[in-house]
Amino acid sequence: MSRLDPIRNFSIGAHIDHGKSTLADRILEVTQTLSRREMREQVLDTMELERERGITIKAQAVRVLWRGHQLNLIDTPGHVDFTYEVSRALQACEGALLVVDAAQGIEAQTLANAYLAIENDLEIVPVVNKIDLPQADPDAAAADVAQLVGESPDRVLRISAKTGEGVEAVLDAIVERIPPPEGDPDAPPRALVFDSSYDQYRGVVAFVRMVDGRFTTRQPLRAMAAGTRFEAEELGFFAPDRSPTPTLEAGEVGYVVTGLKDVSRLRVGDTLTAQAGAAAEPLPGYKDVKPTVFAGLFPTDSDAYPDLRDALEKLKLNDASLFYEPETSQALGFGFRCGFLGLLHMEIVRERLEREFDLDLLVTAPNVAYRVLTKAGEELEVHNPSDMPPEVELVEEPYIRATTIVPKDYVGSVMELNNERRGRFHHLEYLSEERVLLVFDLPLAEIVYDYYDQLKSRTRGYASFDYDVVGFEPGDLVRVDVLLAGDPVDALSLIVHRDGAYARGRALVDRLREEIPRQMFDVPVQAAIGSRIIARETIRARRKDVLAKCYGGDITRKRKLLERQKKGKKRMKQVGSVEVPQEAFLAVLNLDGERK
Amino acid sequence: MSAGARHLYVHLPFCVHRCGYCDFVTLVGRRDGHGAYVDALLAELRLERDALAGEVETVFLGGGTPTFTEPAELARLLAALPPAAEMTVETNPETVTPELAALLGTGGVTRVSLGAQSFRPELLAVLERRAGPDVVRAAFYHLRDAGFDNISLDLVYGIPGQSAADLHSDLAEAIALGPEHLSCYELEAKPGTRFTHAHGEELARQADAMEGYFELVVETLVGAGYRWYETASFCRAGRQARHNLGYWHGEDYLGVGIGAVSTVRGLRWRNRASLAGYLGALAEGRRPPRDEEPVEPETARRERLMLGLRLDEPVPLAHVAGAVDGDALVRMERLGLAERRGDGLALTRRGRFLGGGVTAELMAESPAKSTI
Repeated sequence: MSRLDPIRNFSIGAHIDHGKSTLADRILEVTQTLSRREMREQVLDTMELERERGITIKAQAVRVLWRGHQLNLIDTPGHVDFTYEVSRALQACEGALLVVDAAQGIEAQTLANAYLAIENDLEIVPVVNKIDLPQADPDAAAADVAQLVGESPDRVLRISAKTGEGVEAVLDAIVERIPPPEGDPDAPPRALVFDSSYDQYRGVVAFVRMVDGRFTTRQPLRAMAAGTRFEAEELGFFAPDRSPTPTLEAGEVGYVVTGLKDVSRLRVGDTLTAQAGAAAEPLPGYKDVKPTVFAGLFPTDSDAYPDLRDALEKLKLNDASLFYEPETSQALGFGFRCGFLGLLHMEIVRERLEREFDLDLLVTAPNVAYRVLTKAGEELEVHNPSDMPPEVELVEEPYIRATTIVPKDYVGSVMELNNERRGRFHHLEYLSEERVLLVFDLPLAEIVYDYYDQLKSRTRGYASFDYDVVGFEPGDLVRVDVLLAGDPVDALSLIVHRDGAYARGRALVDRLREEIPRQMFDVPVQAAIGSRIIARETIRARRKDVLAKCYGGDITRKRKLLERQKKGKKRMKQVGSVEVPQEAFLAVLNLDGERK
Repeated sequence: MSAGARHLYVHLPFCVHRCGYCDFVTLVGRRDGHGAYVDALLAELRLERDALAGEVETVFLGGGTPTFTEPAELARLLAALPPAAEMTVETNPETVTPELAALLGTGGVTRVSLGAQSFRPELLAVLERRAGPDVVRAAFYHLRDAGFDNISLDLVYGIPGQSAADLHSDLAEAIALGPEHLSCYELEAKPGTRFTHAHGEELARQADAMEGYFELVVETLVGAGYRWYETASFCRAGRQARHNLGYWHGEDYLGVGIGAVSTVRGLRWRNRASLAGYLGALAEGRRPPRDEEPVEPETARRERLMLGLRLDEPVPLAHVAGAVDGDALVRMERLGLAERRGDGLALTRRGRFLGGGVTAELMAESPAKSTI
């Protein structure tokens, strides 16, 4: 028997709200990793935001003991934005539980998780959860999931994570069906980094799966892709708190305290090895994840710029995939252009900045990364619409393959929405008599605004949606600028498809005319493609603005009134000579969220 | 320390009726209390005599309706007030009889301000004014007959239901009377007043149309040879309201009566509005209850700027040092709204129409930020 035989490494995949965290909680309880007293819901989701939204943002790895076996549960983020992290976490496993809600059946993320597990050659243990619900149809759900993973329906476990029914059988199945890790305990050490976190006292803590060999405490280590060198200050595993051990052995999952002060020096997917007696080859599959969605973040109060910078620095410590660089906008002042792995990632970062760091932010309309070939033959990657050259040879935009699962009555609605969004039909498949899988290719830019809301409202919330970025394609894209009194408002520039340019320009101009108070002079509001004006309105100058009378009894009150007005003006953003209230920007930046 | 205020304001709160749009301190009825109130006014004046300069330049009797005061009490008051080069009394047309006009003339009054408001009966009704246009004209003639050669008419525009043609005809009627001075105010519908409650919706409806009324007023009166010397004031040559100029030039003034405000030697105070409190304190020889606030030199300069920019003559920059936002001045000059004339600062014609906003811009946030 190999030394690795008693080890099982597995993850849990599920669509949101299908019960992944509840099952994890129950596993900790049944294995007595945590006593009843220590238990609370979503034990592994430690971030406030995770608990509130019921999602996992950071991966966690927890070790439990079950009938003489060491089981390592790697809890991964479920969302597409974190696909790369998830794929690394899955690479650290040999098996996966695929959890399906007995009432809901297969949803888009169930599929995505199943495909990821299959791609990573994981042994899939299908689990139908929530069998205690009155509306549960465990047989149907079991048949669907069995078909999906190529198992026989009687191998599908039926449980209620809520009541604990069937959870022991899940643990037994993990031991029986998932193979022990392969790896050479005597080879030069190699460990896969599948996530990391930042501890303000101890620096970067790497979450690793030992593949070959072993690490010992105080051993000098090296990250093979980044070239970073450090000493293993502490080794250990999570149970679920950090539990130090003198060594990490091949096949085990655990953590390495590195003492590094910069999370970007140790990226997810890198391979750790020893400095002396190093492995010759890193583990396969490292890639430098690139952000796909960009937006400008500006403090509403310009004095808060240093606070925003500090907050981003701190967030970045825990989130190596967050990208930011300083951006100066004439209209919004100093801020940062940030790159995100996707929309959810953007939303999470924004919410954490506002909540954990108490910042008030203006966020520009998100855009995707464009590949541009200039007339001069230069290749650029454009992350900010205002950086788009006016004359280009070719612009390419990222495309996604979007998977939607809906009840069959809503197929038409989804088709219609996707067609409006420049989607290309790929294929359609009946998963059951009632449920249809629709696959479209869409420009990522088209889902960046209000796609989710539209999908939700047009399918009454019955659709589930997932996507993968599949590549870049050329598009007839133009940059629409907004001008106030002839001055461009850089923060409002957009890159849109030529066919949609007029409508978008018109909507922006109309909204600005409503939102910007009349000034002391006429203010033309224009939308333009290059030098061509595509929409125009005028905010007429005020004709009078006087305090009717002012005698001895009125002086204090009138002075205070003017002082208040003056203060109010200070809060306005200055675009050229035009004063634009913050609210106007907010209203315009929200425009797309309200597009009907 | 200044020698004391050269301007005296006397508040007479009594009115026969409270007009719906009015927000002054007024008391309706109470005819029997006029004597006691005049006693109290004179008592307060004695208590504050140090606040007054040896020579008083202007006296202004405002209200309320000063001419609603019992004639004998009004005469007693006028006789007891210090002599002044300009002594103005505010009047409501329905109170102006030949007898009253004669009483004012005898009492040393040199200038009368007549609250005409409008010459359109239906608009006067909206304002709840008792006098019709004929009464307004009659009052004016009574004053002329009594020898007054310095009469000011008050007009209100932006009355609910008032068309541009209505306004034009009001102006024409006013000009036809040939007053030396006109004050034209846009009707302010203050939130919460009975008036706003009744007419707010109508006012909102006509807001766009009324935007041009101010221009119409200025163009018409200037066309008729009046000087637009202050935001809301127009006069024949040399006939500015000297009392009000005192306010706009930032000079000290003493105010007596309930609700009256004084600013003397860096201190501003406002008497409380309670009649009983006022009468009670002065009957015992004490100052009436009042709220005080110091006016720091820096604040005084900001007020000087705010008030001075209402006038057509430049504010000397030396008087407003530190109160002007230099960046804003450059911007306002570029927009053609403000200009430097010699050593002074003034608003341009267009700037005066936007005087509130322009002044707010020009006021420095703090002395440190100013560059001039």
